[in-house]
Formats: sequence, structure tokens, C-alpha cells
Amino acid sequence: MHELSVAMGIVKIAEDETAKAGAKQVELIELEIGALAGIDFESLEFVWPAAVKGTVLEFALKKISIIKGKAKCVDCDAVFEIAQLYDSCPECSSNFKGIIQGKELRVKALEVN
Amino acid sequence: MCGTCGCSGGEHGVSMHNPKEVKQHEQVHHHHGEHGHPHEHTHDGHSHSHDHDHDHSHHHKKVIDVEQDILHHNDVMAARNRGYFEAKNIFALNLVSSPGSGKTSLLERTLKDLKAEIPFFVIEGDQQTLNDANRIAAIDIPVIQINTGKGCHLESDAIYEAVKKLNITDNAILMIENVGNLVCPSMFDLGESKRVVIISTTEGEDKPIKYPDMFHTSDLCIINKIDLLPYVHIDIEKLKQYALKVNPKLQFIELSATTGEGMNAWYYWLREHKLK
Repeated sequence: MHELSVAMGIVKIAEDETAKAGAKQVELIELEIGALAGIDFESLEFVWPAAVKGTVLEFALKKISIIKGKAKCVDCDAVFEIAQLYDSCPECSSNFKGIIQGKELRVKALEVN
Repeated sequence: MCGTCGCSGGEHGVSMHNPKEVKQHEQVHHHHGEHGHPHEHTHDGHSHSHDHDHDHSHHHKKVIDVEQDILHHNDVMAARNRGYFEAKNIFALNLVSSPGSGKTSLLERTLKDLKAEIPFFVIEGDQQTLNDANRIAAIDIPVIQINTGKGCHLESDAIYEAVKKLNITDNAILMIENVGNLVCPSMFDLGESKRVVIISTTEGEDKPIKYPDMFHTSDLCIINKIDLLPYVHIDIEKLKQYALKVNPKLQFIELSATTGEGMNAWYYWLREHKLK
């Protein structure tokens, strides 16, 4: 359940940024999470209430943008969407690819008051 | 609640033990205390969407563009560890696998066979017990046990603390045996030079595509317990094909830590990469 560590990382960022801005609490938190980032969204939802309790995020709304996986084939340069790390190139079937999108795990913005 | 171990009251914290001292050290936890400030309003799961501007001044809403990686802290501490290892020419390996694949047995045999040739240091990660560290200490190798409590993986700040206690000599090999778990440790860089995933012949050949993250981030795949091949139904070629689909750069070594078969290929790999 590494989602708990991830949630606590989010809380730390929110606490730091809220303090820096001289604000009291977060109304809205926007997250960007890649489909290949290794996050189970149900697990994140499960640990969230416990992780944010007593923090600036306790009453915040959470908005998650899921970023689709994208890769570029090393052999034929085709850019294609991937749902799994083991998806091969649809053009030439090569497994050699660079992941160009989908590993994101980011706090994008906070709305504080 | 604690992010590292998931404890709520501190009784399941991350702790470190040197089997020679058996002195428990509770790592500092960052528990969030109760905040005494009043909350002016609560949201019961509904969102307030306003598409008009607010002219009234009593509402001090502010948007902060954070754009920060959530694992930033772990990555920064991992980079610190990596810099330290490089400066001292320490070859650090992060050993990952499911529970029971034979990580500790592989370590024991390796340390016994090579300790006269190479200085070794070991960090053991388990949720509970000093058992693994005791096995390593019995071979007279400096070892620190990290007990993660409820935690399912090692993080780089725990490695940073353990490394400080170990006093690793220059040109050594540091073996970090991660918590037995094929999922969670994959996301957490410890600052290692190479990541080694171990799978045994008693596991299914489709593990690499069932748990792709770990195979995607590893450099070497050790297939252990090949002495059991006559008794188990595993297609090793298929296993390799699956693993190469996830990570075409992955290297493989087949061995048995029990009988010693294939261990020389592993020792060759260690010497070759250490001497880089």
C-alpha cells in the first residue's frame, strides 16, 4: 500500500505551500497522475481520509487528472498510446520504447484561503 | 498518521537495529498534531463551481501553481545517497522480489564466497524481526536491519540513516535487501547503482507482466532455485520473453543459491559492474 506514502507526500507539499502562502486551509487540490505511475486509484481513495485528517487538506476537494501513457518506439520512431508497460509498438512490434508520458505523479495546483 | 509506516500511535514505527548492539532506534516521525484553527465551512463532497468573478473582498481565495513531484523528497534523498556512493566508489544494489524467492539465501552464499575478496555491507529491510540481519551478522558482515513496521517498502531517507550507521569503507559493495514485495518498492529510488529483481522457479512465468513496474525498473533478473526445475512447471524461456516485453534491456542469470549452480555467472556480473 505505497499509496499511503504517496498521500503523505501530497499532504507534506500542501502543508508547505499553504504555510508559504500564509493561508489557512486548502479548498481545492489538483493532482496529475499518470496511468503508468503505479498508483491504484481505489487505494488512494481508501487512504485519503486518514492521510488528510487534521491537516490543511482535511476539507479540500480533490481533482485528479489522469494522464494517458504514451511511448516513442526506439526502432521506428512511432509515437503511440500505451495502457501497459509491456505494450509493444503497433507499427513494428518492437519492445524498445521510451516512455514520454504517463509516469507523472504531481501536485499541479492548490486553491487556498 | 505516519507516512513511512502507516502507524497512528507510534507503536509500529520504522526502527533500525544493529544485531551486534541490538539497540532499538525509533526514527523521528512526523505526526501531524491537531490544528486548532477554526474551519469556516466544510464541503460535504460537493463542489462549488463559480464561473463568475467575485467582487466581494471578504473571501481571500488564492491559487498556487505548485507543479511539484509527489515523490520529490524521496528522489532528493536518493540522489544524496547516490552521490555518496559514487564518491566512495561503493557499488550499491537494491535487491527486490516477492517474499520467499530466496533473497537472503542468495546473499548468505554470496557473502560467504566473496567476503575474502570484496568488502561487503548489508542493509536488511523487513516489516518485523531481526532474523535476516542475524543471518548476515553470523557471517561476520556489518549489517543494519530496518524494520518498516506496517510499511511495505524501503524509502531513501531510511537508507540515508542506515548508511550513516554502517561506516561503509571505500570500494565496497552495499547490498540492500528490500522488503519482500513485488509492487511497492518499485516506485522508490534508494540511490542504488543497480536494481536486481529475483524470481524463483516456484513462481509463475507470467509474473513479469503481472507486476510490470518492478521488472521495468530493474537492471538484472536473477532466476533462483533452478535446482527445483525437475519438480515445478515453469517455462523459463516464456518467463524471459514476458520480462523482455516489459524491459528489453533486462539481463538474466539462472542459479541456485542452495546448490551453488550458476553462482559464478552472478559473481562475474558483480565483479564486472563493480570495476566500472
